[in-house]
Parts: sequence; C-alpha cells; structure tokens
Amino acid sequence: MNFVRNSVLPVGTVLIGILAVWYAFTVILNAPFERDQAARANTTISTGQLIENTMAQERPVLPAPHQVAAEIRKTVFDISPTSKRSLVYHGWVTLSSTLLGFGLGTLLGILLAIAIVHSRTLDKSLMPWIITSQTVPILAIAPMIIVVLNAVNITGLLPKAMISTYLSFFPVAVGMVKGLRSPEIMYLDLMRTYNASKAQVFWKLRWPASMPYLFTSMKIAVAISLVGAIVGELPTGAVAGIGARLLAGSYYGQTVQIWAALIVAALMAAVLVSLIGLIATFVNRRMGARA
Amino acid sequence: MSVVTLRPKAKPMPQAAKNVIDVKDLSLVFETNDGPVNALSNINLSVDGGEFVSFIGPSGCGKTTLLRVIADLEQPTSGSISVNGMTPSEARQKRAYGYVFQAAALYPWRTIAGNISLPLEVMGIPKAERKDSIARNLELVNLSGFEKKFPWQLSGGMQQRASIARALSFDPHLLLMDEPFGALDEIVRDHLNEELLKLWAKTQKTVVFVTHSIPEAVFLSTKIVVMSPRPGRIHEVIDCNLGSERTLDIRESPEFLEIAHRVREGLRHGHSYDQAHL
Amino acid sequence: MKRSPLAIVAFLLAAASLVLPTGADAPGFFFFATPALLFAASALALFASASNSSLIALLILVHLAAIFLIGLLGSFAMAAPAMGYWCMVVAAWLLAWLAVQRLAALRPKSVGLQRMVNLALPVLFGAWLLILWEIVVRGFGVPAILLPPPSMIAARIAGSVPTLWADFQQTFLKAAIAGYVIGCGSGFLAAIVVDRVPFLRKGLLPVGNLVAALPVVGIAPIMVMWFGSYWQSKAAVVVIMTFFPMLVNTVAGLAASGAMERDLMRTYGSSYTQTLFKLRLPAAMPFIFNALKINSTLALIGAIVAEFFGSPIVGMGFRISAEVGRMNVDMVWAEIFVAALAGSLSYGLITLIERVVTFWHPSYRT
Repeated sequence: MNFVRNSVLPVGTVLIGILAVWYAFTVILNAPFERDQAARANTTISTGQLIENTMAQERPVLPAPHQVAAEIRKTVFDISPTSKRSLVYHGWVTLSSTLLGFGLGTLLGILLAIAIVHSRTLDKSLMPWIITSQTVPILAIAPMIIVVLNAVNITGLLPKAMISTYLSFFPVAVGMVKGLRSPEIMYLDLMRTYNASKAQVFWKLRWPASMPYLFTSMKIAVAISLVGAIVGELPTGAVAGIGARLLAGSYYGQTVQIWAALIVAALMAAVLVSLIGLIATFVNRRMGARA
Repeated sequence: MSVVTLRPKAKPMPQAAKNVIDVKDLSLVFETNDGPVNALSNINLSVDGGEFVSFIGPSGCGKTTLLRVIADLEQPTSGSISVNGMTPSEARQKRAYGYVFQAAALYPWRTIAGNISLPLEVMGIPKAERKDSIARNLELVNLSGFEKKFPWQLSGGMQQRASIARALSFDPHLLLMDEPFGALDEIVRDHLNEELLKLWAKTQKTVVFVTHSIPEAVFLSTKIVVMSPRPGRIHEVIDCNLGSERTLDIRESPEFLEIAHRVREGLRHGHSYDQAHL
Repeated sequence: MKRSPLAIVAFLLAAASLVLPTGADAPGFFFFATPALLFAASALALFASASNSSLIALLILVHLAAIFLIGLLGSFAMAAPAMGYWCMVVAAWLLAWLAVQRLAALRPKSVGLQRMVNLALPVLFGAWLLILWEIVVRGFGVPAILLPPPSMIAARIAGSVPTLWADFQQTFLKAAIAGYVIGCGSGFLAAIVVDRVPFLRKGLLPVGNLVAALPVVGIAPIMVMWFGSYWQSKAAVVVIMTFFPMLVNTVAGLAASGAMERDLMRTYGSSYTQTLFKLRLPAAMPFIFNALKINSTLALIGAIVAEFFGSPIVGMGFRISAEVGRMNVDMVWAEIFVAALAGSLSYGLITLIERVVTFWHPSYRT
C-alpha cells in the first residue's frame, strides 16, 4: 500500500502528465500545417476536425504518442526481425555492439584500476590524465574512429564496439580506483597483523569492498556505451542500427520513425541499467547488505 | 558463560613465560607538516607471559602508538623492542598475536563465521580445522548460533565479541587490544569486561589492553601502565592484583578504590607539568 | 644498492644500439650523439647512487635523447629505421619510465616541492605518450589517415587558427554556453518548485533519474527539424541534456541538510525562504556543483553531436564530420584537441568556483 502511495501513484501521475503535455504540443505544433492546408483548399476547418487531423499526419512536426506506439508495434512485432525495416533488427545491431564494447570496456577499466592501485608511479602519472579525460567530449572522436577503421577495412561491429569500449572504460576505471581504495585503514591494518600477502589483501579485502563502486560505475558505463554505439552508427552512411534509423529519419523527415527509434533506444537503456541494478542487488544481498 | 572445554590437545604454555614483550629506550617521532611530534619517548617496559597489562592515559599520550609498535604497525625511531624474543616484524610474520581494534572492523560482506574464518584463510588453514576453530571461538565469546548472521544484524557489543573471537581464532598467545570497548555504553562495557576476564583466566593468554577508563583498567589488569602526553612517555607502572576470581562487585572494595586512586593521582601528576600547553 | 632491472635492460639495449645498424642514411650529429647519450644515461641509472642530482641529470639526458631520436627520424629518407634505432627508442623509454618511477617515489618535505613533483609526473607521462606516438607513427610509416603524428596535428592547429576559432565560437560560445545556462537554470528552478510539492518530488525523481541514463543526444535530429540548423537547435539539445541532471541533483541537495539543522531553523521561527537561503541552498551547493560539472561535459558533447545531424558550414561537429569525409584526419584531431581543451578548461573553472563557494565542505579541508 505504501509502495502504491509513495511510488506508483506519483510516478504514474507524472507519466500521465507528460503524455498530456505531449498531446497538447502535438496539437499546437501540428496545427499550423493543417490551417495552412485548409487555407490552401479554401475551406474552413472546425476545431474538432483540426485536433483530429493533427494527430494523424504523415510527417508531423511532433507525432502523437499513439502514432509512435503504432509505429513501434508495427516495426517491432509485425515485421519479421530479419527484415531491414524491423526495429528489432536495428535494435539488435546497436545492442550487440553496445554489449561487446561495454564488456571489453569494463574489463579494461578494472584491469587499469588494479594497476593504478598497485603502482604509485601509474597512480601519480596516469590517474590525472584519466580524470582529465572525463571532462573531454570523447564522443566527438566517434566518427573518426569509425571512418578511419573503415579505411583499413575494419568494419561492422568492431569499430562501434571500440567506441563503446573507449567510453565505458573511463567511468569503470575511475570508480574501481575509488572502490579498491575504499577499505579503511583499520581493515588494512587487520590484514597486516595477519601478515597477509598482496594477493590476499586484494581478493579478501579490496575486491569485495569495491563491488558497490563497480556496479555504480557499470550503470553509467552501460548507458554511455549505448550512446556511443548510436553515435557510432551516424557516420557509416546509415546502414543499420538505431543511430542509422535516426539519421535516415532525419534525412527523409520521417518524424514518426525518429521518435519510434528514440523510444526504443530509451527502453533499451532503461532495461540495461535496471538489469545491472538487479545484478547489483543480487550480489549485494549475497554479500550481506541490508535488504 | 557456559563451561567450555579447551582444545583437546593441551597446548604447552608459552615457553618464554618471562618477557613476552621487552621494550628498551624506545622512542618514536612522527614527522608532520607542523614539525616533529614526539609520540613516544624513552619507553622501557617488560610484559611477562600470562599478564594482563593495561596502558592508560589521556589522548595523545601514545598508548595506542605503543600498542601499534608492538604489533609492527608503526616503526620506532630509536630503541629496541622484542616480542616473543623476536623483532615485532618477525613476530607478525609468525602470527604471534591477535589484534582487536577500537571498532569491531568486521568485514560487512562476510558473515560472523566468515569473519572469524578470515585470518585462518589468510594463514592457509584447511577447511575442517577452520570450522572447528569458528565453533570453538564463537562459543568462547558466547556467540554460538550467530554464525550465519551478518555484522549489521548484531549489536555493537556482540560485534566486538565477534572481533575478539576473530583475534583468538588462530590461537595466538598474545592478545593486543586497542580500546576495544571504548565505543560501547557503560552497561555493555561492564558486562564485556567480566567476560573478558573469564576468557583470560580460561585461555591464559597474555593481554595488552589500551583504555582511558580507570575502573576498566583496575578491574582487568595485573599491571597498569600510566602514560602521559607531550612527549608520550610512561609515568608510572602500578601493580594491581585483585585475585583471579573477580566480579563487578569488587569495584566497591577498598583495595579496588585504593588502586583506582593511585592511578588517578598518577594521571594527574603526569599531566601536571603539561598544563602550560592547555 | 639494488639495481633496477629496467636500468639493466636499458643499459644492454643502449650498448646494443652502439653496434647495431640504425638504418639512417648519412652519419650526422644525431647519428653519433643519440646512442652515446643513451649509453651515458643508462650508465648513470645503473651505477650512480640514487640521489636527487643524479635523478635530475637522468631526466635531462633522457629527454635530450628523445629530442635527438625525433631529430634522427628526419634522416630516414632511404630506408625504414632498423633494429639499432628501435633499441634506442626502447632504451630511452625504459629510462624515462625509471626516472618517473624514482620521481614518484620521492617524498619531499616541503609542500611546494611535493606539488611540483605531483605536477611533473603527469606532464612527463603525457610528454612521453606524445614522444612515442611521434616516433612510432613516423618510424613505422603509419599512414597519416590512420593516425597523424602529433607534430602534424600541431602544425595543422597553428595553420588553421581562424577556422578553429570560428568553429569554437559557433559551437562552444553560442550553442553550448546558451544551452548550458538555460538548461542548468531551468533545472534549478524546476527543482525548487518540485521540492515544495512532495507528490511531484516522488513522481519526478524516478523519471528524472531514468532520463539521465537515456541516450538524450538522439533527440538532436528532432531539434534540428524544429529549430533549424543554426546554433539554436544545438542549444535546444544541450538544454534537454543538462536539465535533468541539474533537477535530480538539486532536489537531492535540498534534502541534504540535516534534520537537526532544520529543527534549529524552526526554533528560530524562520520562514520557508529564510530556511531555503540560509540553510538548504548552502547545504545543496556540493550537489549543485556536481551537476554543473557533469553538465559542462554534456553540453559540449550535445553541441558537437547535434551538428552531425545538420548545421551551417561552421562548427566543431560540422568540421569533424566534414573533414572525416575528406580524410583530413589531422584537421579532425585539431578539432578534438580544441574540444578537449575547452572541455577541461571549463571543468577546471567550475571546480575553481566550487572551491571558493563550498570551502567548508570536508573534501576541501586540509
């Protein structure tokens, strides 16, 4: 009951509010076109008719939510997933490079963090660069990586995955350095009184202590991996993937298609992030966190 | 506390019943941004096997630092120290002592049993033996049945008992305790003091105990080392043997009050020529 | 003295480079000077005691050697660099790493000196990244399309300052800053409103958190359609990208002041605005600055990526996508350099302001 009052009800209200605003803007933004049409045809149009028309345009300035929903239903469920017009197909193209890049990036980030925590030289010389690089718009590099790798005949999944790797590796490295350093002095002293080896301190103390940090940074990393994969699809000349759908939609003014791709991308991001959240909850439970 | 059977094979007492800890002319200077700080100055001290020695003094007198030097967690600037006839570093590598911190410092991702198993895992002790030791030591601190709980599910006093069980799990002869009950309320602390005393009588360990509570020091110790600050040094060593069968009632007795009075006087004198700094 | 294995290997490599052919065309000054220098440096690292003066000498020698090595690259008109040259490169690199290692191990007593060491270490690391990049790219003849050497990028930056400035103006000064100010400002005001209505707070926060994880930049094609291809559409993307992080962080920050402090304000009978300005906003400042910092990066990303979807013939994102198409990779790198500089400088500026405003926060106390 509390859950309903504190969560379902407010969030539901906000979502309904967003939908209502969306519909309102659909009418406002699409109305000039309808009036224009009516004026051209020398007819007058009733308000009711106007509102109805604004929600059923071919290429609206802003498609109505139900138009987007219909487009998603059509391209996700009605068209076979192997077809190039299926959003499932494009979604999978983006998802696969997201996951590959995210996996590699996470691994790389963890390894780098381990090296930094154990080497004072690396910590002092490399760590400042990693922090600085977080402030750099790395995404700007994406088209170049794609085109350059295409030029040496590396095409398809790998270049996009490399962008995702590059993007996701920074948050993981920074988070894990923080996490591996998170044990208090007292915990480290305790291990010292046991005369524990470096490996033992790592596996029995630093690694488990860093788990919450790992999952927090993995959530950021997977979201940014998806963005990287989408942006990576922009310069390849719109072949496949969510990014390609966005680009093609913007070329041909297919706003419904753009919105459908956007919503699917948003759903993918939400699912990926909450999946990691779920794994985090599971691992935390196993590690005795408060329920 | 229930009667506990000790380990089946009778362990021989520590051979060097004399001089488990021997400190000679020991000094430690910390270099800080505000210049050097004399944390310990000319410390001379010896602790015999089976003794219960307390370090007492105001904050900044170096009592914790001295304990950390014994545990090889700090290195002295000059002087010599031996633990079990070895350097502290060798003693640490031979795992000669168990250390109990101010906080329980239990790893939050391990169960109580897992925490007690930790030092045993680090030392490479096989699983079956680990299991025995966990059961034995949990019983020793009256925590049987809490194996599968996580630290946050226990009260502060129970957590600290678990950390004592962890320090005892690999059966060291020497127990170093750094204000283990300092963060607990007085009622729990009294109770744990009694239990610690029984445990000490039963296991015959040598205990070095840091505290800033006079009643605690008098109640527990066979020897009270009164320390004073700036520079951290030993002001006075007071012998204190109130018999092995002590209960909390003893704190009303004239003997107890007399020793407590001497400790208080010692602390006051040790502090007196420090007033200029206040 | 324990000899570092790094120094031993460097010494052997330097000795080898004295006899192995380097592949250089004509024996010039660098031809003789470089191996000699490296030999001296490795001998120094191996045999001299590890004092401060020997460390400084090692640093000077090794960087001279690096300059000579790059100079030597000019004399490979006929053939590619041979074994001896690469021996020298590896030796120089190992020696530099050793020097950095020794520098990192120093613990100077004075704070100023420690600061200098802390600054020197990343600078040296970055310098060696550039040195090796230059040597490897030119030495192995990596095509400039794949990866141009830093010298070529630097030359391109120097040669096209007007273009870079125009792009910077368009993308950063107009789109990013306008969008950033509007986005952060409206996010902040929305947070104040949301904070007053608990029902809204409960509803908007989960949605806001979700939106912060979404690929918002995908909204760019729509904004380009709505607001045209000039900078206004980019600013609109930036507004949407920066709004939610600011909203979520400010709401969290407004809740950060402790119950005891708030009770104290109540005992004074203070009004809502008094509590807001005297307690809750100051307490929220660390959160607000966190959002400002996140948003400074997001703003630049949004402005650049939005230009991929259509823009006038000026702007950093436009330049990147156009020059990538023409395979002028050095120009792309020049733009990326400008973006990186702008990104880290604006981040640094915000951090500086943060330090002044939230000086009381534990993370800044010394």
